[in-house]
Amino acid sequence: MKLDRKVNISSDIPTASMPDIIFMLLIFFMVTTVLREYSGLDVELPKAKRIQKLKSKRHTAHIWLSKQGQISIEDKLIRSDNIRHIMYSKRAADPQLTVSIKADKSARMGLVSDIHTELRKADALMLNYSSKTSVE
Amino acid sequence: MSRKRRFKGGEIPTSSMADIAFLLLIFFLVTTTIDIDKGLGLILPAEGEELEIKKTNILNCLINSQGNVLLGGDPVALKDVNKEIRRRLAENNKLIISVKAHEKTKYGDYVSLIDQLKRANATRISIADAE
Repeated sequence: MKLDRKVNISSDIPTASMPDIIFMLLIFFMVTTVLREYSGLDVELPKAKRIQKLKSKRHTAHIWLSKQGQISIEDKLIRSDNIRHIMYSKRAADPQLTVSIKADKSARMGLVSDIHTELRKADALMLNYSSKTSVE
Repeated sequence: MSRKRRFKGGEIPTSSMADIAFLLLIFFLVTTTIDIDKGLGLILPAEGEELEIKKTNILNCLINSQGNVLLGGDPVALKDVNKEIRRRLAENNKLIISVKAHEKTKYGDYVSLIDQLKRANATRISIADAE
């Protein structure tokens, strides 16, 4: 007895819905992308273990502090006593603002302390010391 | 004389749509920066908000320009701060750690000190002005 097996399963992957799938992925990436706004200064971040993620990029303002003691906000070099004006207007525009300090690990604490004082004056109290994950 | 206009299918060609969408997708994949900012979180006290705190509830934590730590008067190695703070917090859970750094202290040392405090689950950290 011969078994007749009929093979009529199509071996093609259905491609009709492919554009839809790709569009969905595309829209996901479009929505989640936040283009890097500022290039900042060249800093080597310190390392830490107990780190936490910043809540959202949209509610974050960055302050760069280089090894040489330059302070930069939005790619403009500024003096430390001007931080309060910039941060005050930012803070007024966004009450959830977190300030991320991107300072070089060999920067001096004197300047960081100045930034603290300025931020307190600007009422921008949520702070984050940007750091890398340390592997021990 | 009547001119006959032949109507050629009114459809947008969709065969290349997948390619166009792919191209856009690849563009966004490439430009997306996944690296989320990470760091040590801290909340500064508001301006003019100074509280009187009992002396017994304050632990002064000093760090000098060489990265040496003085914890309530005793020198402690930076990597042992974590254990020492844990021990002291167990004794007194109302302890406030006041971190004071020298003006010339390296920021990296300061961050590792704060990290050590965070690892000891110290929630009450106060930042004193650099001297």
